Amino acid sequence: MSTAALLRQRLVALFALALALLNFPLLALWDHEALVLGLPLFPTALFVLWAALIGLLAWLLERGAGDGASAEADAAEQQPPRHDG
Amino acid sequence: MSPALVLGASFAYLALLFGIAGWAERRARGRRSVIASGWVYALSMAVYCTAWTYFGSVGRAASGGVWFLPIYLGPTLAMLLAWVVVRKMIRIARRQRITSIADFVASRYGKSPLLAGAVTLITVVGIVPYIALQLKAIATGFAVMTASGAGVGAALVHGPGAWWADGTFYAALLLAGFTMVFGTRQLDGTERHEGLVAAIAFESLVKLLAFLAVGAFVTWGLFGGPGDLFARAAAVPELRALLTLGSDRFGYAQWLALTLLAMLSVLFLPRQFQVIVVENVAERHLRRAAWVFPLYLLAINLFVLPIALGGLLHFGPGQADPEAFVLSLPLAAGAQTLALAAFIGGLSAATGMVIVEAIAVSTMVCNDLVMPALLRLRRFRARSGGDLTRALLAIRRAAILALLLLGYAYYHVAGEAYALVSIGLISFAAVAQFAPAALLGLYWKGGTLRGALAGLLAGAALWAWTLLLPSIAKSGWIDDGFVREGPFGLAWLKPEALFGLQGLDPLTHALFWSLLVNVGLFVALSLARAPSAREAAQAALFVDIDIDAEVDATAGAAAGGAGAPAFWRGRALLSDLQPLMRRFLGAERADALLAEHARRVGVASVQDLRADAALVQFVETQLAGAIGSASARTVVASAVQEEPLALDDVMRILDEATQLRAYSRALEAQRAELQRAGAELRAANEQLQGLDRLKDDFMSSVTHELRTPLTSIRALAEMMADDPAMNVAQRQQFVAIIVAETERLSRLVGQVLDLAKIESGHAEWHDEAVDLEALVRRAAAAMEAPLREQGTDLRLELQPGLPPLRADADRLLQVLTNLLGNAARFVPRPGGVIRVQLRAEPAGATVRVQDNGPGVPESERARIFVRFQQGAGAALRPGGTGLGLAICRRIVEHLGGRIAVGDADDGQGACFEFTVPWRAAQEGTSP
Repeated sequence: MSTAALLRQRLVALFALALALLNFPLLALWDHEALVLGLPLFPTALFVLWAALIGLLAWLLERGAGDGASAEADAAEQQPPRHDG
Repeated sequence: MSPALVLGASFAYLALLFGIAGWAERRARGRRSVIASGWVYALSMAVYCTAWTYFGSVGRAASGGVWFLPIYLGPTLAMLLAWVVVRKMIRIARRQRITSIADFVASRYGKSPLLAGAVTLITVVGIVPYIALQLKAIATGFAVMTASGAGVGAALVHGPGAWWADGTFYAALLLAGFTMVFGTRQLDGTERHEGLVAAIAFESLVKLLAFLAVGAFVTWGLFGGPGDLFARAAAVPELRALLTLGSDRFGYAQWLALTLLAMLSVLFLPRQFQVIVVENVAERHLRRAAWVFPLYLLAINLFVLPIALGGLLHFGPGQADPEAFVLSLPLAAGAQTLALAAFIGGLSAATGMVIVEAIAVSTMVCNDLVMPALLRLRRFRARSGGDLTRALLAIRRAAILALLLLGYAYYHVAGEAYALVSIGLISFAAVAQFAPAALLGLYWKGGTLRGALAGLLAGAALWAWTLLLPSIAKSGWIDDGFVREGPFGLAWLKPEALFGLQGLDPLTHALFWSLLVNVGLFVALSLARAPSAREAAQAALFVDIDIDAEVDATAGAAAGGAGAPAFWRGRALLSDLQPLMRRFLGAERADALLAEHARRVGVASVQDLRADAALVQFVETQLAGAIGSASARTVVASAVQEEPLALDDVMRILDEATQLRAYSRALEAQRAELQRAGAELRAANEQLQGLDRLKDDFMSSVTHELRTPLTSIRALAEMMADDPAMNVAQRQQFVAIIVAETERLSRLVGQVLDLAKIESGHAEWHDEAVDLEALVRRAAAAMEAPLREQGTDLRLELQPGLPPLRADADRLLQVLTNLLGNAARFVPRPGGVIRVQLRAEPAGATVRVQDNGPGVPESERARIFVRFQQGAGAALRPGGTGLGLAICRRIVEHLGGRIAVGDADDGQGACFEFTVPWRAAQEGTSP
């Protein structure tokens, strides 16, 4: 499978994850009156989840930023093992 | 604060925006674009955050807590898929010179003018409340800023007076003028605005920083940090409710609806389509912008809740307008400068939205509403002459002015009844109607014009009935009886409880019905009849666009679609097409474009161009950039003699294009294969060269090692031959040396032969029971005398009672002797210590030979087991052949064990360790 197609599938999976995390019923897990480190639980949980999703997205997209270079690296890895003289 | 000061600051800020736009355009002309970066692209996307975000979110948070958030989570969801979906939209738009969302939808369904007009009309009606929202925010902000000191907190805004005495009216006019200057200075075939994007990105920065400054001021200036703020809010029961979702049965449905609504809006709002798709400089910028933009949204929302709670705590619930907290809190605390900065931030948010939205919508109005009407007039017919570019600009300017006046009118009529957020959501729901046709059209070839048009119109009608009309009715402008009791007393038609559906809030209710009917009609009517030839052609261009193929990085270079299939049949003349381009694009640009096309297809001059399908396609695409694809289609069709395109033709053209693409893909694959094969060959060659070098080294080492003893033997022998009178003692001494050197020679030759034998696999191996402990003692005994002579202490630490190994005793003895000899060479003299340890391990018997010599550096540890590759220090220590360790390794590995070198236990010196597996030890005979 090409790297581009793999990235697309990962993004779709991340989208599905985000949809699940930010909606009922998973979101209801945080819906309590409580303070965490002085911050209200529900808004804090929302922001943390949000930031985590952005972090994952950034990681996925920036990692593959040099598509051409990574293809060459793949080819280099397929060389036969080094002779151990 | 004095009105003059606030006005002065506002004007100064707008002047600064002009300066930035002018600077960016000068840089662009000098080919040093400031907007060619993922960061600026992301900031320009943040035009999504308008006065709604800036003022409205706080108001929403003050009444609903976290309910302001779905509007920003939605775009984040959209951006998760941006690299998949938005990139496809960008690529299609660039290929086909699409310049607006109306153009995009209409192009997909056969470049239908009817569909383009419908989309434009819905946009105008839907977007007017949104523009009104911005005007309202500016008016409110101004009122709060200039209210007399005592009543700052309580400055609830009174309704607008007569329009001619209303400052907001003049603000609308000013913004219209500003937009005209920004957006319609010249007619560009791609509708890209370098200066505008730079200014918008700057505005995004300003509003973010201003909002964060106010947030920090409220959190740490007015309160003792977030902990203090939230603790005090949690102490008030009404405020505590804002910190949870506080939902009922339908709460989560509304949450999901808002999220999806925002997700669609961030793609299909005219201004978002403009900055994301039309103004995109290079696709790769999307990689960064797709995560920076959500990050921006997160940052600008961080302090919404603290400001809302801070305002409620400071003024007391119901005592001040929460939508103005951003301004009134700093004012009440006496922070005048901060308040002014906050106002400028809000102004930034509002003007940015108005400018981009008005430009985008004016393009749509000009191309898809006015042009089709004009083209019906005789004197605008394609065959008449005259440059139309000035007329096009005039139409756009008029459209901008009209749009802002409509916005003002809505503000005047209905602006007071609704909160900012509610007004904005009405617009969101309107543009969400484009989603089924646009998104399904990207991936499903079966969608047809009839389906799209029917879905769109029905969805829009339901939107107007369930959302827009009630909003106007509630403001008291029309009788709201139909909202309460249904039209003509028909309760099942009540706008906010259609068919008796109750329990949902008005927005979710409207969204559900309109999108349900929209999608339903779209799918049903599309399936009712097969797509026509033109629909099928455009569907193929949209759905099958190759998203992984390389594109030219610069915008517009790929436009005109060299290599794209040309869906056209008929007869055309260059003398018809050339004037057409000149009329709509200006003579200069038209000639330049044609000359470039001529160069690309490989003819000498424009006059030699063959008026074939490719040229017609090229002209149509270029015209589409100026007047929209639907109008371009109409114009071209009227200028040339066309034959109707049959479905067979489309299939044939598509087939050819597919074959061509498959062919070029095969070529590409072949090239990659060749490249890979080349790389493998190169690697193999390098390896062979390495081996060759090694062989040369080996030969020269062997000859060198052979020559040294030979030289001394020969020298001594010659001396004895030359001097027959040499005394016996001297002679004896020389003979002894000769004997020692000869021994060394034969040892070396023996080792070389040995190694060669082992390496070639011809060595004889005995399989016998070996008592390793006895073997170690034998090796030690053999070495004892020379070791004692050089003052080295040999210590044996052998675990008794080891079971016997199955191995070759002579070879193992060779390994032990080599290792001991090696250690003896490196220990200090006197004072050397060599420790030999033997112990049983699950994997086999392990022997460790440690010395207190200089040790082997990390970098040499792999090397020293290679023949003739002695450690760096070995040159100073005579007696080594450079083969001992290589032989040891061969033997140990042959026996299935491992040999390695490390640091000695006390860190001083080297430790050689080898393990020989037990193998069939239990079957062997006990000693």
